[in-house]
Amino acid sequence: MNNLWDDSLSGFWSAWIIVITLGSLVFAFWLLYANRKTDKTPDAEGNVETTGHAADGIEEYDNPLPRWWLQLYIGTIVFSLGYLLLYPGLGNFAGLLGWTQEGQWEEEVARAEERFTPIFAQYQEVPIPELAQDDEAMQVAERIYQNNCAVCHGANAEGGYGFPNLTDDDWLYGGEPEQIVTSLEQGRNGLMPSWQQLGAENIENVTQFVLSLSGLEHDAERAEQGASTYASVCTACHGPEGTGNQGLGAPNLTNDTWLYQAPGQSVADSIRQTLRNGRNGHMPAQEAYIGEERVHLVAAYVYSLSQED
Amino acid sequence: MSTALEHPTYNYKVVRQFAIMTVVWGIVGMLLGVILAAQLVWPQLNLDLPWTSFGRLRPLHTNAVIFAFGGSALFATSYYVVQRTCQTRLFADKLAAFTFWGWQAVILSAVVTLPLGYTTTKEYAELEWPINILIAVVWVSYAIVFLGTIKLRRTSHIYVANWFFAAFILTVAVLHIVNNLSIPVTAFYSTSIYAGTIDAMVQWWYGHNAVGFFLTAGFLGMMYYFVPKQAERPVYSYRLSIVHFWALIMVYMWAGPHHLHYTALPDWAQSLGMIMSIILLAPSWGGMINGMMTLSGAWHKLRTDPTLRFLVVALSFYGMSTFEGPMMAVKTVNALSHYTDWTIGHVHAGALGWVAMITIGSMYHLIPRLFGRTEMHSVGLIAVHFWLATIGTVLYIASMWVNGILQGLMWRAINPDGTLMYTFIEAVEASGPGYIVRLVGGLFWVVGMLIMAYNVFMTVKRSEAARQPIPQTA
Repeated sequence: MNNLWDDSLSGFWSAWIIVITLGSLVFAFWLLYANRKTDKTPDAEGNVETTGHAADGIEEYDNPLPRWWLQLYIGTIVFSLGYLLLYPGLGNFAGLLGWTQEGQWEEEVARAEERFTPIFAQYQEVPIPELAQDDEAMQVAERIYQNNCAVCHGANAEGGYGFPNLTDDDWLYGGEPEQIVTSLEQGRNGLMPSWQQLGAENIENVTQFVLSLSGLEHDAERAEQGASTYASVCTACHGPEGTGNQGLGAPNLTNDTWLYQAPGQSVADSIRQTLRNGRNGHMPAQEAYIGEERVHLVAAYVYSLSQED
Repeated sequence: MSTALEHPTYNYKVVRQFAIMTVVWGIVGMLLGVILAAQLVWPQLNLDLPWTSFGRLRPLHTNAVIFAFGGSALFATSYYVVQRTCQTRLFADKLAAFTFWGWQAVILSAVVTLPLGYTTTKEYAELEWPINILIAVVWVSYAIVFLGTIKLRRTSHIYVANWFFAAFILTVAVLHIVNNLSIPVTAFYSTSIYAGTIDAMVQWWYGHNAVGFFLTAGFLGMMYYFVPKQAERPVYSYRLSIVHFWALIMVYMWAGPHHLHYTALPDWAQSLGMIMSIILLAPSWGGMINGMMTLSGAWHKLRTDPTLRFLVVALSFYGMSTFEGPMMAVKTVNALSHYTDWTIGHVHAGALGWVAMITIGSMYHLIPRLFGRTEMHSVGLIAVHFWLATIGTVLYIASMWVNGILQGLMWRAINPDGTLMYTFIEAVEASGPGYIVRLVGGLFWVVGMLIMAYNVFMTVKRSEAARQPIPQTA
């Protein structure tokens, strides 16, 4: 109650809003009051005499305002005045209830936390590999997944263009429980720089070499030339053998798994595009949205997806 | 066009042009609506082309039905009514002709630029700045013609229909200009001069008043002439028309914020939008009552006159949707209904049930008279059109109610553990049957409009064949 006058508007604008709001309501009321009755008496059909002028043959009766309509109108005005007394509306006057939409949201969130946190908390102490075996817990976890993760990783968790498949054994940042939790809590930023400066010739050679790493069809001569370029610019992240580096999120290039292969695109084209333009992968941090307890459950769910039954 | 059709006093030529284009644009706009409804059932109907994708055709549909169909109807009827009720010829024939060709040019620009993807992104104000300037010029010309004609009137009083038309014309000019103030960047790209929440608030001040003035006040003007005229009864209450006119135009101005409930808009503005929307119920119903009660003593005419049926059912849908609107503006209701198909259903209760039906009723009265006849070619076909339109509207509204409430409830349903019970895509899947019913409703409407086009064509053809001067008094 000590915050009845919030000071988000200057005094002038607050007063302006109050004056035109109440002024409009007074006008609406006056309009009704001034026209509440006529002095004419109705004829046999119940209509009072016309105004006496006609427009293109159309005459107008001067019937009084229907009583129920008048009451409806006044009712809405009275309701509105009551509402403005209780809720924010009249400029900086915060209303007697002290209601705000942020306040309502905070209350609802607090109520939900109180009610649902114990449900998730009971799983908090269960280690992830064990939790992944708990069918009931996985049912809850799947719902969290479907509503928060499926939009990118897909309802079946098989990913898509630029979104990793969570059901295979290929991990950019590692598939151990702690690594999954870190990915979820803090998010990940994958960066493959553009190598445009190598020139088209070298990019083609490196492309052929990378194809050879996964044992795909390639131009052997170019691949051989590409190997030396690979050794000087790619090894630092993807490793001398091309097996990647989970500490950096540098993908394994030897397992024929291609995160950025667009639908209908050949592997070679996708590699060329990656080398020319680079890539930016972004997994948003989830802790602030769903909290530690739900992260723990989802991590177990993701973990369970890649475990053989 | 036969010179024999020229009225000795009035300028009917521009009225005829707008009346015919009302029918043409009605078919185009509603057909686009049907295509969009079909795309929501079968998304592959977007043909995988940018120009035919939902996001580009949807603004074309809204512009075509509101501004091309509704706009042409308002031009036609306001020019007709103002001449007949002021007993004088339109002020400035050439300027009136300019409003016709200018308005058609605006619509054709929309037909070209919207599918190409040029858009300001403001709903119902998507057209880019060069077209907006043309709209402003045409609209100011319209105001000059209309108000100039009122000034020249040979009657002592300004008839109530003209108050509504005048309020609609003046307010739309202000709304259009203020909302479209922007800084041009290229020939077809501009940025709004407003930023963030203020931009949103200006947009919905415009958006809701486009409903309130373009789609309500203008069409109430139409109602106030064609209902008493077709029913051949005096208007029920002059007093009621004064009260609800002033109340309506004052209160509508405030209602925009109800489009922005539970957003970054400050609480006080949301509250004012809500209470003014509730107060709007009675002023809106004032128009419905005045139209309905005008029929007292003439109800039997509904049995034989399908044109009058159009007008009366339009008033019923008007009453229904102006009850629904204030209800949906209440925050707790809005929390369920907002962003669902309920909103789409509500808009179409107004757009099909009220705007289109009052327009069609008025056209069936107007078109034969413009072409020197007293009746349309076939009254039976008017009756067929009436039933198609009524059933189509009911199918549309009912399916969107079901879908809207279904979506609202599915989005908020939670499991005992607090997780959402349904994913978004499940709510989309559940909406499928409703989308089919809506498509059927839309098809009813398009078929009805095609029947109307045939009926109008035959009426005009017969009139051309007759080529007789019309015995009509000023």
